[in-house]
Amino acid sequence: MYADWPLLSLVIWTPIIGGILVLFAGDKEPSGARKIALLVSIVTFLLTIPLYTQFNTDTHLIQFVERESWIPAFNIEYFLGIDGISMPLILLTSFITVIVVISAWEVIQYRASQYFAAFLIMEGFMIGTFSAMDSILFYIFFEAMLIPMFLIIGIWGGANRIYATLKFFLYTFIGSVLMLVALIYMYNKSDGSFAIFDFHYLPLTLTEQVLIFLAFLVAFAVKVPMWPVHTWLPDAHVEAPTGGSVILAAIMLKIGGYGFLRFSLPITPDASAELDWLIITMSLTAVVYIGFVALVQQDMKKLIAYSSIAHMGFVTLGFFIVFRIMDVDSTAQGSALALEGGMVQMVSHGFISGAMFLCVGVMYDRMHSRQIADYGGVANTMPVFAAFMVFFAMANAGLPGTSGFVGEFMVILAAFKASFWIAFLAALTLILGAAYTLWMVKRVIFGGVANDNVKALTDINKREFLFLSLLAIAVLVLGLWPDPLVNVMHATINNLINHISISKI
Amino acid sequence: MSDFIQPNLLPALPEMVMLAMTCLVLVVDLFLPQEKRGFTLLLSVLTLLLTLAAVMFVAPVDSVSSFGDSFVLDQLAVTLKIAVCIITILVFIYSRDYLIDHDIYKGEYYVLGLFATLGMLIMISAHSFLMIYLGLELLSLSLYAMIAFNRKSLMASESAMKYFVLGAMASGLLLYGISIFYGITGTININELSTLVSAQADKNPVALAFALTFIVVGLSFKLGAVPFHMWLPDVYQGSPTSVTLFIGTAPKIAGFAMAIRLLVDGLSDLQVDWSQMFIVLAVASMAIGNIIAIAQTNFKRMLAYSTISHVGFILLGILAGTANGYASAMFYTITYAITSSVSFGVLLLLNRRGFEAENINDLSGLNHTHPWYAALVAIAMFSMAGVPPTVGFYAKLSVLQAVVQVDLVWLAVAAVLFSVIGLFYYLRVVKVMYFDEVVEDQVTSIKPALDVKILLSVNGLSLIGLGIFPSLLMAYCIRAFA
Repeated sequence: MYADWPLLSLVIWTPIIGGILVLFAGDKEPSGARKIALLVSIVTFLLTIPLYTQFNTDTHLIQFVERESWIPAFNIEYFLGIDGISMPLILLTSFITVIVVISAWEVIQYRASQYFAAFLIMEGFMIGTFSAMDSILFYIFFEAMLIPMFLIIGIWGGANRIYATLKFFLYTFIGSVLMLVALIYMYNKSDGSFAIFDFHYLPLTLTEQVLIFLAFLVAFAVKVPMWPVHTWLPDAHVEAPTGGSVILAAIMLKIGGYGFLRFSLPITPDASAELDWLIITMSLTAVVYIGFVALVQQDMKKLIAYSSIAHMGFVTLGFFIVFRIMDVDSTAQGSALALEGGMVQMVSHGFISGAMFLCVGVMYDRMHSRQIADYGGVANTMPVFAAFMVFFAMANAGLPGTSGFVGEFMVILAAFKASFWIAFLAALTLILGAAYTLWMVKRVIFGGVANDNVKALTDINKREFLFLSLLAIAVLVLGLWPDPLVNVMHATINNLINHISISKI
Repeated sequence: MSDFIQPNLLPALPEMVMLAMTCLVLVVDLFLPQEKRGFTLLLSVLTLLLTLAAVMFVAPVDSVSSFGDSFVLDQLAVTLKIAVCIITILVFIYSRDYLIDHDIYKGEYYVLGLFATLGMLIMISAHSFLMIYLGLELLSLSLYAMIAFNRKSLMASESAMKYFVLGAMASGLLLYGISIFYGITGTININELSTLVSAQADKNPVALAFALTFIVVGLSFKLGAVPFHMWLPDVYQGSPTSVTLFIGTAPKIAGFAMAIRLLVDGLSDLQVDWSQMFIVLAVASMAIGNIIAIAQTNFKRMLAYSTISHVGFILLGILAGTANGYASAMFYTITYAITSSVSFGVLLLLNRRGFEAENINDLSGLNHTHPWYAALVAIAMFSMAGVPPTVGFYAKLSVLQAVVQVDLVWLAVAAVLFSVIGLFYYLRVVKVMYFDEVVEDQVTSIKPALDVKILLSVNGLSLIGLGIFPSLLMAYCIRAFA
């Protein structure tokens, strides 16, 4: 029954229009704005559920297609559709937004309506990014979401927020403008089409591919972020309010990974194969070096930010190691394992990093400090919270049974097919991740009560329990039973592997 | 000697309506006491509306020319004239409170503004060197007087003087170029010129290039392209803000029309030459404009440098030398004028008796006191920076597309990199409004009149509306060069 509905448009525009309504609800009666925001986010989440239940897992073709001519002068279309890569990310987005709205309920008192509106509008833009099948439409959503995030960090952020938010905006903008030029170049090459799938089949010489690949790399590497263009992330995370950090870590970073799958690999397969050493090196550096950097952080948010970079290194590693696997293994199985591992890692990291930032947020709301040194023995005063925190920390370290394990395991397993040493270096994360996460937990949660402030802590309330347990369930379910997620992307991933194994030259 | 032929007056109906009405305004205003000055404004807006109606009434299906081919009314002219009239109406209404507060609420402001607009309309339709020059001077002379309008302000007088001296020099250069072309071809008519130049291209390449250089220099002066931009920041800063608003909007459209008439209609055979000159001018304008704007603390001055960088972008569209490129440059020019009328419009609101709001810091904390106006300025800033979903993005996209199409990818890369630099200072304005605290002595609330409020809101929202549906305007731009 839903197939006839413009479901994707609904999912994109409901939160945007809802956000504008929230904005006009104003701050005189903040509870009104909050209620509308919660309602809108839940409705949006409910609207995304049919995308999963009605999804046909047997085909790689895009589904829920909406295609209208939009700007005829340049043949730009309002072209929406989803496949196995984008659908899980859309669900993740709408789920996390509900969590963010709940988490900000009482915490945000200052200009609350603008806060909620920014998150809802951003949700619409993010879903739009994942479902756009026209590259200019993609670009518009991709860029537009910077504006609400810029305001979120700048208005509700910490002490150094202005530096952080300007850095965030400029970094991401410089990355994406080069992509714009690449898109326009391909538009001219393809005789006037901006549709992403036309770019997939556009013949390009190796030189063209390398240049286009590099333009995409700048855009997506900044977004992921990959070492060495990651420096904006710790700043942005530390200064952003809790909700901003959650959205940033859980979804915005995924757009970089999604971009690699949607643009870089299929449009420039030869350049990707040629330059995969570059990405693999950058990814392994992120995994190992950034892992060590995370170890020495004093600030909890910064630590989680660095751990995000390390975990996203796994994603890019999984995406680009496929070319090495294809060299040694003619069946698509190993490559599929790597790509699906990267995808699972993205979704799982969305839940786990979001949860970790929320945990820090819970403590920050009480203590107004993110310094590890200010805490100690929190388990004594906040036992329920400590249970959650330890659970999420375990997931972050990749404990089997949690979602954090599945993705990492798949990527490492795939990497073994390509090269022992790549797999070895990647597997170091199991040690490093455990080291930095658990050491932080040890210092913050366990031990004797460190000071009077910790002694005065009160355990989490119902609202906090609600959003943490929702995330805990997600992490656990995905860890024990990842099939529902992996199944939806099989067809798409296999098609992608077929596509990139054929040279364009 | 041919007999005198009665020219077809109809295509010039808008100009005639405007001239007649302006004279009427001039006379009526003399008999109005100061407290009835609002009537002059009303009459001026009516003039513009009537002109607008006349433009639509005479709008031809294709193109007509009159006055011995020296006046043309085509799709380009119609669209640009409509844009100029609408923007001038906005300027007049936005200016009212500012003029009252600064004790310069005089009828002459509107009369001069109307004459300037008449000059612009003539420039847009001009199809001979003489007409172009006539329109240009009518515009410029009115602007000089408008800048010096607040005679108590030393800054304004200085700016007017600077503008006058440099403007006169630029006109001189332009005239010199025109005279050489006349010497080579023996005509001042653009149509004849275009055929005669192609015949001369092989015989007299040096003389033609020489003359072209002077035309391009004169044009660059008027547009404010680097290195002929020196007057622009001083004039923007020194003029009363209401005049800055005027200079920063409608005359850009007329300047664009002049470039198209001279270079595209008249000298398309020399396109290779002027395109190369434009590449240098465009890159320099984008570089200097964007980099120097970073250092500005005065909002008007910052916008002046931002204008310079936008001129660079407009030149990019023109230098592509394709119908596509001209259309995108036209789109860029019109949307730029709309965007800057929003930013100056809000700046005008912040002005009060005895207080000139013109520094970026004067916008401090605007989101706390007036979230709606802060949002409008933010939209304008994001539009100028080219961030979607505002119209500025689409303007940049279409220009870049035109440039990439003629295989100047490096130029497109340079353009986007400079716009990243530009983004910084636009973001700083947003930062000041949204992240900074309110400065104490500026808490006084803004209470604009209802008409200003509505027009400004529509004006601001149109940036998003056109950003989402650019075809509404783009279709006309493409038709103008079809």
